[in-house]
Amino acid sequence: MDSLLWLPSHPDLDAALGEAKRETDPMTRLALAVQLAGYRRDFTLTARMDKLATEGLATLAETGDWAAHRLTPLRVALLSSHTVDHLVPAIRVAGLNRRLAVSVHVAPYGMYRQCLLAEDPALTAFDPQILVLALDAKDAPLQLPLEASEEEVDAAVEARVEELRLLWRRARQRFAAQVIQQTLVPADPPLFGSYESQVPAAPYAVIERLNAAIRTAARQDGVLLLDLAWQAAQGLYGQGLADPVRWHQAKQLVSPTLAPLYGDHLARILAAGVGLSRKCLVLDLDNTLWGGVVGDDGVEGIQLGQGSPSGEAFLAFQRYAAQLARRGVILAVCSKNTQSVAEAAFNHPEMAIKRGDIAAFVANWEDKAGNLRQIASMLDIGLDSLVFVDDNPAERDIVRRELPEVAVPELPDDVADYPARVSAAGYFEAVSFTADDTTRSRNYVLNAERKAALSQATDMEGYLRGLEMTLTATRIGPAELARTTQLINKTNQFNLTTRRYTEAEVEQLAVNPRAIALALRLKDKFGDNGLISVVLARPDASLAPGELLIDTWLMSCRVLGRQVEEAVLDVLTTAAAGAGYSALIGEYRPTPRNGMVAEHYPNLGFDYRPAPEGAEADASFWRYDLTASRTSHHFIEMTGL
Amino acid sequence: MNETELYTALTQVFHDVFDDDSIVLKPDMTADDIDGWDSQTHVLLIVSAEQRFGIKFRTAELESLKNVGHFAQLINTKLEGR
Repeated sequence: MDSLLWLPSHPDLDAALGEAKRETDPMTRLALAVQLAGYRRDFTLTARMDKLATEGLATLAETGDWAAHRLTPLRVALLSSHTVDHLVPAIRVAGLNRRLAVSVHVAPYGMYRQCLLAEDPALTAFDPQILVLALDAKDAPLQLPLEASEEEVDAAVEARVEELRLLWRRARQRFAAQVIQQTLVPADPPLFGSYESQVPAAPYAVIERLNAAIRTAARQDGVLLLDLAWQAAQGLYGQGLADPVRWHQAKQLVSPTLAPLYGDHLARILAAGVGLSRKCLVLDLDNTLWGGVVGDDGVEGIQLGQGSPSGEAFLAFQRYAAQLARRGVILAVCSKNTQSVAEAAFNHPEMAIKRGDIAAFVANWEDKAGNLRQIASMLDIGLDSLVFVDDNPAERDIVRRELPEVAVPELPDDVADYPARVSAAGYFEAVSFTADDTTRSRNYVLNAERKAALSQATDMEGYLRGLEMTLTATRIGPAELARTTQLINKTNQFNLTTRRYTEAEVEQLAVNPRAIALALRLKDKFGDNGLISVVLARPDASLAPGELLIDTWLMSCRVLGRQVEEAVLDVLTTAAAGAGYSALIGEYRPTPRNGMVAEHYPNLGFDYRPAPEGAEADASFWRYDLTASRTSHHFIEMTGL
Repeated sequence: MNETELYTALTQVFHDVFDDDSIVLKPDMTADDIDGWDSQTHVLLIVSAEQRFGIKFRTAELESLKNVGHFAQLINTKLEGR
């Protein structure tokens, strides 16, 4: 089965792999593996790519020099009730395609309970950050007679889910690992046909109840799902899940031919967890959002909306994009058009995307690679946050060549299939959804207006005063955990240490009475920016007793240049002094993406401090004396705390 | 497909699965003769051959594979039976 249809085809992947293999430098081979991972590939080609990367990854594991190669290391343990070894190369390669260096530990098959409930030295030594429970419908059958009542089935389902919850808790307590639970794919054919669901203990009915209960429990317990059952129901896996021959032969739930797809489905969750999901959908206009060319056909002449099949298909794609914006994906436009003509098209009465939904609107006759760069800089996001959708294969090809960081999906011939293709590619995989997400794309639009206001303001101070900003600080509690963890894991630029934490780890720190864990929100006259900054500070054994280490300080780039960091320091100094500390210790760990905060601490009045014992070689340390009086420099009103 | 063509195609399958272009197939070769030929890669060989030749092996056929010659013979029978 041909999968990964959104990835472009390489003219000769077999030859490219052969050539790459002959490179003598392991780092060159790794770089080529990362590059080739972006092409459509079957399971043998995928496994060969994986081998290409092995030595380079092993070298990096020793030197720890991940940042220089723009890779994020991640330790993932697979605990399964079926064979998964054949899926491991595909998981790693899908990771590389997202600049994630996944190291995988596979626990002995069928031993997942023992691994978590008893002591498993191999798993302990591996110290997983992510723990995947890949279970299947044949594992731990509920042993119910077919005539069992609904109550009996529910009781058995509940008992099974309680057992899973115990395993989830163990994974958190022992490793502070984020758990990813795989939903169960029905393995045996139905017994009753369409009547199956009316018999509570029929195999399909039981699996459905189990999956429903697992989903609810996962949401309550902060566990993520690899929802294989839904993906199978969408037909994404064809006949390749629970193929009886593969099962009888090798206890494989996922056929080797579908390893690349499975690897991608898992890797996109892993990537989302460390903030590597895409953030912005950049759309071409003519023949992508509507049929025809608005410059030639006029606003009335374009195909859009009810009345014609293709007009409806374009409208359906617009609606899908508009829905993505509602869940927090930023929308942008990149089109070869005259700006005024392109903008006028949004007066068309049937347009589902409104001009006001679009945070960056670039229409001109320049090349699209340059325009995409401009869009990224207008929005203060990286090129690797963009997905570019264009019906023109030549434009797609040029953008891929010029800007390999931008995701450019291959598109089906018919626009009617665009929504399914964009969805299948999984660019915007989420690990949480909060009220802040629903307003995010609106915030980016407002930010564009703020920038316009700034260019009109004659003096900076007047501009900042005029914003009427209010900062609200709260200590991170249960209500803030999901949002703060999300921000911790996706912020790359204004991030002093780029430490990634699971919800369980943030919680551990937040409940420590000696630590200070702050969530900060900012409002201004244009609207609510939502959660914009997180600070985690804690005592550290390598420091003097009165010193408080700022383990994590990060901020959304949306509020850059507004002296928010000065106001945050106000909050932090007050809280730290109140807790009896005499000094704050700031740490800066350089990465390829956080150069903008290299001078953060000296700019805020911190003094250089020698690095404590055990610190990383390239980290620098800074000290702020809490016993001296503090004058703050900002125009922000403060509430909370 | 004659025997030479079949062995050429099958050799490509082995080269891809083991990522080793130096493998030269002989009919009497078994799993012991090729580095990395374990129960895991065995399944990959089977699935890769299924894809390459457009055939499907039956569960029972998978148990009785003795050596490369036998594997080639089985593929040949399947191809002729189409």
